[in-house]
Order: sequence, then structure tokens, then C-alpha cells
Amino acid sequence: MEFLQPSTWDDAMAAKAAQPEAVPIAGGTDVMVELNFDRRRPPALLDLTRVAELTQWGTDGPLLRVGAGVTSRRLIAELGGRLPGLAMASRTVGSPQIRNRGTVGGNLGSASPAGDAHPPLLASDALVELASVRGVRRVPVAEFFTGPKRSVLAPDELVAAFLVAPAGGPQQFAKVGTRNAMVIAVCSFALALHPAQRRVGTGIGSAAPTPRRATAAEDFLAAALPWDTRGRLPDSTAREFGALVAAAAAPIDDVRGTAAYRRHALSVLAGRTLRWAWEALCD
Amino acid sequence: MTTMRPDTAQRPGPDTEQRVAGGVGDSPVRPDGTLKVKGEFAFSSDLWADDMLWGATLRSPHPRARIRGIDITGAVALPGVFAVLTHEDVPGAKTYGLEIRDQPVLAIGEVRYAGEPVAIVAADHPETARRAVARIAVDYEVLPPVVDADAALDPRSAQVHDRGNLLRHVPVRRGDPAVPAEVVVTGEYEVGMQDQAFLGPESGLAVPAEDGGVDLYVATQWLHVDQDQIAGCLGLPTSLVRLTLAGVGGAFGAREDLSMQVHACLLARHTGKPVKMVYGREESFYGHVHRHPARLRYEHGATRDGRLVYVRARIVLDGGAYASSSTAVCGNAATLGIGPYDVPNVVMDAYVAYTNNPPCGAMRGFGTVQACFAYESQMDKLAAAVGLHPVEVRLRNALTTGDRMPTGQLVEGPAPVAELLRRVRDAPDPPPRGTDPRLLPGGVSNTTHGESVVRGVGYAIGIKNVGFSEGFDDFATARVRLELVGGEPAVLVHSAAAEVGQGLVTVQAQIARTELGIAQVTVATADTTVGSAGSSSASRQTYLSGGAVRAACRAVRAALLARSGLPDARLVDGAAVSPAGEVPLVELLRAGPVEETVEWRHRPTSPLHPATGQGDAHVQYAFAAHRATVDVDTELGLVRVVELSTAQDVGRAVNPQAVQGQIQGGSAQGLGLALMEEIQVVDGLIRNPSFTDYLIPTILDMPPMRVEVLELADPYSPYGLRGVGEPPTISSTPAIVAAIRAATGKALARVPVRPEHITEGPQWTD
Repeated sequence: MEFLQPSTWDDAMAAKAAQPEAVPIAGGTDVMVELNFDRRRPPALLDLTRVAELTQWGTDGPLLRVGAGVTSRRLIAELGGRLPGLAMASRTVGSPQIRNRGTVGGNLGSASPAGDAHPPLLASDALVELASVRGVRRVPVAEFFTGPKRSVLAPDELVAAFLVAPAGGPQQFAKVGTRNAMVIAVCSFALALHPAQRRVGTGIGSAAPTPRRATAAEDFLAAALPWDTRGRLPDSTAREFGALVAAAAAPIDDVRGTAAYRRHALSVLAGRTLRWAWEALCD
Repeated sequence: MTTMRPDTAQRPGPDTEQRVAGGVGDSPVRPDGTLKVKGEFAFSSDLWADDMLWGATLRSPHPRARIRGIDITGAVALPGVFAVLTHEDVPGAKTYGLEIRDQPVLAIGEVRYAGEPVAIVAADHPETARRAVARIAVDYEVLPPVVDADAALDPRSAQVHDRGNLLRHVPVRRGDPAVPAEVVVTGEYEVGMQDQAFLGPESGLAVPAEDGGVDLYVATQWLHVDQDQIAGCLGLPTSLVRLTLAGVGGAFGAREDLSMQVHACLLARHTGKPVKMVYGREESFYGHVHRHPARLRYEHGATRDGRLVYVRARIVLDGGAYASSSTAVCGNAATLGIGPYDVPNVVMDAYVAYTNNPPCGAMRGFGTVQACFAYESQMDKLAAAVGLHPVEVRLRNALTTGDRMPTGQLVEGPAPVAELLRRVRDAPDPPPRGTDPRLLPGGVSNTTHGESVVRGVGYAIGIKNVGFSEGFDDFATARVRLELVGGEPAVLVHSAAAEVGQGLVTVQAQIARTELGIAQVTVATADTTVGSAGSSSASRQTYLSGGAVRAACRAVRAALLARSGLPDARLVDGAAVSPAGEVPLVELLRAGPVEETVEWRHRPTSPLHPATGQGDAHVQYAFAAHRATVDVDTELGLVRVVELSTAQDVGRAVNPQAVQGQIQGGSAQGLGLALMEEIQVVDGLIRNPSFTDYLIPTILDMPPMRVEVLELADPYSPYGLRGVGEPPTISSTPAIVAAIRAATGKALARVPVRPEHITEGPQWTD
């Protein structure tokens, strides 16, 4: 197995163009597991940890642009105030050691339906920046995932960054697992309220072939929330929202849980996160 | 940790009139402790030899198939490959096994479980070995597997072996089998397949020797039982198969059976080179036996005031494809299967069946864990039926000294069942629920801020036999040498007893210090140049090897005092002392070392009567009780155990810190079975062979414990000690499930409890 170690972003893209079958590796928290379990024997690994540009974040107009190599730990510490939903999701990633290594870029690159970063990115309409020697494109995250562990990433492309607006309202993330830490999601749910636009963002994890939004639930809630009065959230609204989120999922029975439980749990998480977010907005 | 010694005067103590630090009752630092904490301890997977080869194993992907042919030519042709071996290359016995030698070294004509070794490879690099394995072509005729233990017992079932699928049936009969009762509660329970989940995967290094033998460095629980089986399969006398214990990364029963031992030795002898084998994590799930899954049906009859009149039970254990220690596990389930209760009428039938599921065998608790989940669930049902507190109904039936077990065996020595129950009942309540979301169900995952969280409390008590039972000749050997090192007396303790993380090395040194009054004690690496110590299992090693070390020390002391020539001499403050005079130890040792080897036995046990299950089958009983307090998110079915409170009688805490470690660790393993640990097997295939999906508790799952240790001396054991390792695992599981039932009202007749059992499962009614 070849081990490519570019030290600049241009060299990384050139290497990927020259050897499209090279698997990019950053924290290695997904790739190394696959290698260890012998599920994958790529001819080459493309180590991105020496590319300094990837570890930086800054602003890009009204948006934050976060390099693909920023770790979960840094997301919590440095961006937790501006991206609270993503920070909450990052806190549920693995152990402290894993959070010191794992990156959102890697999460996107793996495109697992269970990736913890995906629901909050969906809920806040993030863009994924993909780059190759051919150029740069920005894809809405809702269009990024195409199937289990599949995305629109072309063979010569790398995930460069994601772009997202700082939270304009309360955000929440909740994840069900069968132990209290270090667990892959049985299902997860992210919610973002955008009061300025009277919009709602959602993201469902681990309950469909890809992470996905619950658009009907978003539309219902945007219309149903008492944005003007900031009045008490009717229980019926929370229940209906939960039901619509559950309906948006397409879960399966697997080793981690049943489809029926996942739907049920999603409806509960949707209702609870909505109450928490609405209370925060009205405080 | 609180300690109770009811009668210090009777406390067994040293016969040497000299106290040195680090003796029995102290908690000296483990000799391997610092290395382990710093990551510098050499585990068996760290073994290395110059010029060594790497072994790898081809395993069956099918739970049941006939092998029509094996083509190794592709593997042999790969550069770097030194050997590719199949069953035809096994020179001695083709099969091995702890009790029944039914397991092929390498599959012969048929595979009986998914993961069964079919061929082995040695190559100059682990990756080469892996590739060579992938190039072996096996022509399988796939057969429908036998995957249900109950169905396997049907005479019309397909047979896993020629001898039929019933591996053992143990009946136990006491009193009147048809006696009626005023109150009857019944229940059917199920226990999933738990894994020992040790952290150090199977590994070892086999080195061919010039004398035609082989030296094997390996992580195991019982060197001599390995040695016997390996020598048999290699066709060598045991004297030419020498084993040395390598660093063991946990065991819990999973290292009682052979894994890579014979394979590495075969490859080493075939290639003439050292061969190292290390299983990966996934392979490890196929490389060792698991806890038997069980279905248990119980009927308890009682008076209206909650006194047990009878228990009738049927237990079916899934033994998997090979016997391993299944027959002994079945014996435990049957003889201990009604729990620590005095029951006048018992009809118990325990069965273990062959299936094409992964083989099951020894795991901490050894047949009592499954039964305890069922009988303690039943005691709670009975408490509800007669309107008593769960502890009260247990107290009314608690076993005590002088009672008889269902086997007819008299309970001798302390049996503080009631005392342990009262202690966990009366322990102070844990603090009420706080607001830190990490301490709510769901933990760091932010699933509740208090919504739907209900607290519940549950109780359980268990019973376990210590040591090997049913007439087994259970003994341990220890060699103790006292000599001058640099002019100072020093002790060397040598045995074959396996340190598997439990702290035996420390305990052996403590006993030598107490018996000989000498601080400088070294424990030699365990190997087969000294006689068998028996297994580091059955909570027996401090009892048995501790007993052997004590006896060998006393023999050394006697020889030393004899050397003084003084009549009635005693060892006092570094000298042989008698009314006639005094000779310093240093002087006595100038004539040379004193060395004694002792083979030490516990009191003999008897086999069980094959039809009635009567017999004095066990040498010692051990008891522990738990109270579990849980918070349950009833809407999501998520659980956080808030506190585990336990009380256990250890007879004598030889090393209080190690006792604490065993109790905490054992309770955590029971928590794992209650809430998350299960090897999911579907159609004979393991669906979750990884720590990604086989979940074990983290520090956020395992709560703080309140531990009460009682030291009620057993009159027959060394220092009065009682085996410690297994009881904590037995009662923590049913206590936690009882607490979840108390919080939710759900039936929860199966462990591990999954969230959907709480959200969708039936109610707890009879």
C-alpha cells in the first residue's frame, strides 16, 4: 500500500487526480477501522494531516468556512457558540481520544448514514466544498449524500471544507444509542430554528439510506409555530412534528435496533428537541 | 469499602510470629501494576522472536457444511509462505476438548460452526499470511444448520455430532415432585449470548526446540490442561511440550479452551521456525467460547405468606458446536439453579444441547448467571403475588448454615444470605436525580432533560460454587524456595497458576510473606516446569494456589526449623527460637536453600446421582447481593444505572484492594449483560463481531458502587477465604432488570434488555 503525504492543498489535489483510487485519511477513525477489519485494501492512502489549510476556519461572506481537517474537539471548543447544533453532535462522537482525531471532513467523506455531523449540517443548510485540479464546487449538504456511504464526490475530488451560517436561532441535537457514551447512533435528530426567516431546519441520522431532512415536518412547523407571539408550544404541534419526522425516515431492522423503534424514537426526539429549542427562543 | 469481622479472635492468621508489610490482609502494589498503567507491560501479543513467522487461520464461513475438498496450491505458491496445513497434517490426536475431545484441531470433512478453523498458514509477514489464507479454496456443500437448542433436543432434529444433540441432562429431585401450593408464579426467561470481551486477543509464540519439542509462550488460564491437549494433538510426550505463561489481557473463562495453541505449535514444528499468532478483534469473537444462551422456565409454589413450597424448573442451554465445558456448566445450572433459598421440594431439569451455533463454555458465573436471572425474577414475581417487599420474600426463604441444598448437600460454614440482603436493603439511598444531562439516561447523547425519567430500585442475590465440583480431583501445586540472596533471606514462589489480571501474583507473595515473615518475595513466571495449579477459574485460584503456597511455605518453615536442631523451635523475628536457644535464619540458610513443593487439595466432592442429582458436589458456596437503582427514560427505553450497592462475604479479604477490583469489575460485567452485551447470532452467523456493535459498559454506564465486604471465615479454607471473582457478576444483572421493572412495569423476561423491550414490551403481570 502506498502512503502519500502531500504537504500542500495543491499537492493533495494533484495526488488525488493522479491516483483517484487513493483513499484520503485525516483522523483515521473510519478508515483505520475499515483497514483493520480487512474490509478495504486500497492501493494507496492519501494522508491529509500535513495540509495546514485544511485545519483552518474563518468567514466567507456571511458564512463560516470550516476546513475539512478541523477536529470534533476544536469544533466544540472554537465554534461551539456559533454552531451549537454541530457542537452538540460533536460531543457525542466517540471518546475524547476519537474527538481529538476525527474531523467533519472525514465524516462527510465516509458519508455514513450514521455520521454524527450530518444531521446538524442538514438542519442548518450547510454547503460542502469539493475541490479537485479541475476546480471547486459547493454542494448543498442535502444533495451531497447519494446512498449508504456514497456521495457526489468525484474520484478526483477531495472534501475541502463546509460552509454554514452561524446559528440565527436555537439549535438542538439528540442521539439514541444503547449505551451512554461512545456509541454509534441507533437514530439521531438535529433541529435548527431560523426565526429571522421563520424557517425550520431538520436532519435525521441512522434512519434511512442517507442522512436526510424531514421537509414536510419543516414546512409544517414553520407554518405552525407561533413566531409572533412566542407563545407556548401546543402539545399537538410537537406531536404532529414528531409524527412527520418519523414519517420522513426510512429505517431498517439491524443489529443496532428495529425500524419500528427508530421511528418511535425519532418522533420522541423531534418533540423534545423542539420543546427545548422553542423554550430557548422564548427565554 | 466497609469491612465486618464478627470475631477477630477466631480470625485465621499467620503462624509465624513476625509481621512484615505486604502480607495477607494488606494491599501491596501489584508487581505488574506500574508497567500496565504506563503501557509498558508485555502482553502475549507483544511476543517477538528473530526470524519468526506469522500464523493465520482460515475459518469456515458456514455454520454447517460438508467439506468436499481443500485446494491449497494457490496459497503455497505465494512467495513468503512457509506452510499451509490442514487436518491431514495433525500428527497426533485430531481432536481435543476440556471434557469431551470432540473438537477438531482443523476441520475434518465437516464444519459445525461459522468460524471453525479449516486450515492454517505460516508466512514471513502477517499480510502475506492473510493473503495466503484468502487463496485457499474450500469446496463446501452447505447444509441447513441446527440453530435452536430446544429444537435440537427433538429426536427428529438433524444431528450435529454422531452421538446425538443432547450433551448433558442434569436432573435434581428433592422432596415431593407433585406437592401443591397456595400461590403459584410461573415465568419463561431468556438470556442472550454474552462474550467475555477480554481486551487482549488470543495470541502466543511457539518456538521449535532442538530436542524435537516445542516451547509455547501463551496467554491462557490453565497451562497444564493446554499442555496435555497440545501434546496429544502433536503426538509428543508432555515433557517435550513446554508452556510459559505470557502476559494475559483478561480471561473470564474465554481462555480455558484452546484457541491458537496447537496451530502455532504445528506451524513451528513444520517450518522449524518460531511462529507467532495473534487474533484480531473480529477473529477473537470466533476464536473463543461464549456464555451459553439459555431459555428457562420456572414455576414457584409458595404459601400465602411467601414461604417457598416448591420450585420446578427446566433450563435449556445452547452449547453450540462443541462440548467445551458445557457439561460442567449444565451441572452448575442444575445444582445452583433455584438460588440461595431453602426449598423443600425441587424438580429441576437442566439440559445442554449441541447446535451449529458458536461453541459456548466457561464464562464468569459458569451456568449460575442464567439461572439467577430467572430465579430472582421469579422471587420478585412471588413478592408481588403475596404482597411482600422483594427483600422480605427473600429473607423468608434465605438459605442458612445447616440447611440442605436441593442436591442434599449440607450448607456448612457461614451462609449469610439474609445478612447480605439486609445490608443492601438498608444501605443509604443514592442522591436524587440531578440536572447534569450526562448523568441521565442517554448520557452524553442529550436525549432527555428529565422528560419521562422514572427511578426504580431492584434487588437480587446469587449463589456460586467455588472450585471444581462433582468429584473432580481439584488440586494446585506450589514450589517455595528460601535462600540467601546478597546475604539476605529471600523467597521464590513458583507455580503454574495463571495471573490473568485478577492479582494472583500479588496474593501468592502476600501469603509467603505472612507464612515466612520475610519481606523479599519474588513470584516466578508461571510455567510447566512445576506441577499443575489447575485453572484460574471457578473463583478458585486464591483458595487452591493460595492454599498450595501456604502449605509449601509451612513445609519450608518446618525443614528450616529442623535444620536448627532446636526442639520445638518457632520462627520469630528472623530466627529459629526455642527455650533451648536461638539460631538466626541467615545462619541456617548458609547450608544452602530450603525448597519444598506441595500438591494441595481442597476437601473432596462427590459426583451427582444421575437420576436424582443428589450428592455433595460442591466444596464451597459464595454469595453476593446487589441493590440497583436506575433511572429509566420510559418513553425512549434508555437506562442509566444510578448506583449499585453490593454486599459480599469473602471469608477473608486476602488483598482488600483486589477484592474491591473483582467486585467492581464483576458487577460491571453483570451490568453489561443486563443492558447491552449480546453476541447476536442469526442462522448460526454472528452479526456483531466487533466492539463497534458488541457494546460493553463505559465509565458513563457503570455507576459508583457502594461495596460492603463481610469476612466470615470458612472453617475449611485457607485463612477462611471464600472465592471472590464470580459472585458479583451473578446478582448484578437481575438486580438491574428488577429496578427497570420497578420503574416501568414492563415484563423484561429477556436479557440484555433493549430499548424496544421497554417501549413496546408486555407488562410485568403473571
